[in-house]
Amino acid sequence: MNSPYLAQSSSVAQIMVKVLLALIPAVAAYVWFFGPAILVTMALASATALALEAVMLKLRKKPIKPYLLDGSALLTAWLLALSIPPMGPWWLIVTGTAFAIVIAKHLYGGLGSNPFNPAMVGYAVLIISFPVQMTQWLAPLSIASSHLDFMSQLGYMFFHALPQGSQLDAFTSATPLDTLKTQLHLDKPMAAIMSMPVYGAIGGTGGQWVAAAYLAGGLYLLQQKIISWHVPAAFIATIFVVSGSFHLIDPAHHASPWFELATGATMICAFFILTDPVTGPTTPRGKLIFASGAGFLTFAIRTYGGYPDGVAFAVLLMNICVPLIDAYTQPAVFGKKK
Amino acid sequence: MRALHHFNGGVHPPEHKGESTLRPIQQPPLPDKLVIPLHQHIGNSAKPLVDAGDTVLKGQMIGKAEGYVSGAIHAPTSGKILSVGHEAVPHPSGLKDLCIVLEPDGLESWIDLQPIDHLNMDPSTLRNRLRDAGVVGLGGAVFPSFIKLNPGTGKRIRTLVLNGAECEPYITCDDMLMRERAREIIEGAAIMRHMLHAEEVMIGIEDNKPQAISAMREAAGQSMEVVAVPTIYPGGGAKQLIRVLTGIEVPAGERSTDLGVQCFNVATAASVYRAIRYGEPVLSRIVTVTGNVKNPGNFEALVGTQMAHLIDQAGPLEGSAGAIMGGPMMGFDLPSTAVPVVKATNCIIVKSDALFPEKPQPMPCIRCARCAESCPADLQPQELYWFAKAGNFGKAQEYALFDCIECGCCTYVCPSHIPLVQFYRYAKSEIWAQEREKKAADLARIRHDLRLERIEREKREKAERLAQKSAQAKTVEHSQPEQK
Repeated sequence: MNSPYLAQSSSVAQIMVKVLLALIPAVAAYVWFFGPAILVTMALASATALALEAVMLKLRKKPIKPYLLDGSALLTAWLLALSIPPMGPWWLIVTGTAFAIVIAKHLYGGLGSNPFNPAMVGYAVLIISFPVQMTQWLAPLSIASSHLDFMSQLGYMFFHALPQGSQLDAFTSATPLDTLKTQLHLDKPMAAIMSMPVYGAIGGTGGQWVAAAYLAGGLYLLQQKIISWHVPAAFIATIFVVSGSFHLIDPAHHASPWFELATGATMICAFFILTDPVTGPTTPRGKLIFASGAGFLTFAIRTYGGYPDGVAFAVLLMNICVPLIDAYTQPAVFGKKK
Repeated sequence: MRALHHFNGGVHPPEHKGESTLRPIQQPPLPDKLVIPLHQHIGNSAKPLVDAGDTVLKGQMIGKAEGYVSGAIHAPTSGKILSVGHEAVPHPSGLKDLCIVLEPDGLESWIDLQPIDHLNMDPSTLRNRLRDAGVVGLGGAVFPSFIKLNPGTGKRIRTLVLNGAECEPYITCDDMLMRERAREIIEGAAIMRHMLHAEEVMIGIEDNKPQAISAMREAAGQSMEVVAVPTIYPGGGAKQLIRVLTGIEVPAGERSTDLGVQCFNVATAASVYRAIRYGEPVLSRIVTVTGNVKNPGNFEALVGTQMAHLIDQAGPLEGSAGAIMGGPMMGFDLPSTAVPVVKATNCIIVKSDALFPEKPQPMPCIRCARCAESCPADLQPQELYWFAKAGNFGKAQEYALFDCIECGCCTYVCPSHIPLVQFYRYAKSEIWAQEREKKAADLARIRHDLRLERIEREKREKAERLAQKSAQAKTVEHSQPEQK
């Protein structure tokens, strides 16, 4: 053995488990406002991820047990599941997860070596390939014109079958971000849009509470020192300042900055996706630049792009820049500070 | 209260200091045999002055300092020299080194000691005395102290720092020395201040040693400032302590002397005092013996005492599996405990699986950068690891590999349990090896060029000689026609 002989009792698995724990409040809020379908999506994604992780580890001749138990595949599965419509068909979930684990993670060298966030690669593949299925979001239970019972939801997910007489439109709806874009396009005034039932006090009705739960989980991760403040602070501040400026200049066409924070994937991205250490920069200054860039791109894609939310592409575009950001933000070494 | 500065990073490993501070410093019984290495300091080995069969007195010089960077070695007690030869020494390689083996006669007959009145001596005489007394840094680096007490012409030392931080877990030898012999340390510091003409003396002690702090404050009075510094590893690194006390950051490859600060370990100050005030050379040091033993404690051990002898005094417990010399963060595995205590031996930790469990299998780096947050040198250990692993040594140097002090914080915090420090040691040794090879290749090329030149010159000279000869022969031919 060599020095140091002592080691702190931490492990990759411990970190991943804490991140998974931090997602639980958001999952609970999700179930409360949108029903239990998300749990099926998460379970299916988890099973797919673990199975493919084991296969890939076997093919790559890596020890299966320690890597399978490190929790990273499970986390990827959960993040992807929480990013896609909760009642998507089973093949949508499996395809996205397979891309994330097999291509985005293992073909690039597995844990620690993948340059792109696997969950976001999975999401990007799905939104480009299956835009229809990827926009069929469940409406919040409180505003949906009809409800599907859980067994019928399963029937739709696995057999693409709906009960006699029911229409998909009755219990799905466009997301708050999507609705905003469409309605603005129709020249509807902002105040009228915001009074639609899909909107709550700040963001989407229901969705805003899920966002709050992500925030709560994120604060737990900060308190546990699993993540540093740099990424969430810079991301949230950038979105707030940029969207706030646009809102001040042109309130008729730009929602309030609070709305931008409480809708879409802003909060899950700030605390759970951008904070992935493998695909982000390691220097403190680098983290600020990386997260600000992602915030700026998120706003730009939301406002001017063709996709309802810009988070996945913003993250992937910033992932590309990580080596460059790291190289140019090296902190001064002890004794060599200017 | 003095406003303290701070350095980035650092960790708080469990201290384990309480176990070995329950008893006062103990005097172990005189061993049957002392094995005294001639290389106990940075620099050249001492040159042996005795042969097998000689009798020596306690304190007699048996190894002479060779060259400038070196230190003298002395007989720790009176007795007979059994042999001068290669013996096992405490070094991670397990290689043997030249040692003098002494059989004590039990009489403890001293040489004629010659105290010095340091106030009426010029610093160069005092430095020679320290060199001949074998005074070296007892904090672990064992750099000859007389060199550090010679700032060089035109350099001013403003601040003399005494290092009593003792930040590594388990080690308590400086703590106990400060508790019990604070006056000797303060007197030694006064001598050093005199030699350096330093304006102020600051003594930094981590605040987990309240007894040492109060003993030192009492001994120091108004003459020197004893500063309680926050307990954080590696706060006792010379550069970290200088930073905390003065705010000055000493860059790698530069000496603190150039920035007006000089730093010594407290035990070194005590040995300076004894060397000057009593003429006593360095014959012993305080060694913490702890870990898997019944009675952990501190021993005033003669240089050359077998470590097993000290461990026996502390009572090894069942389940002991080898020992570490130094602390658990920067120490190393001893090849065996049948090696002697040397001037660098501050601590011996008897290992057991319970105290130092096997580390889990390393996982890949997930770039969490906890290592970077813990690095007291403000390095990016995750990048260095990447470069070292890839054999990209040029890039590793660009990312300041040689600023790494190998404190082990990065490895301590790594959730993937990657032995990061080992990668840096490996990269450093590879770079040194490459540089040696390059130097050797350069030398060989120069030699080859010179040889070609010489051959060319000899050829030319030969041709010239031949030409001359034939010319002479021709003139002879002309003057004396050939006779047939």
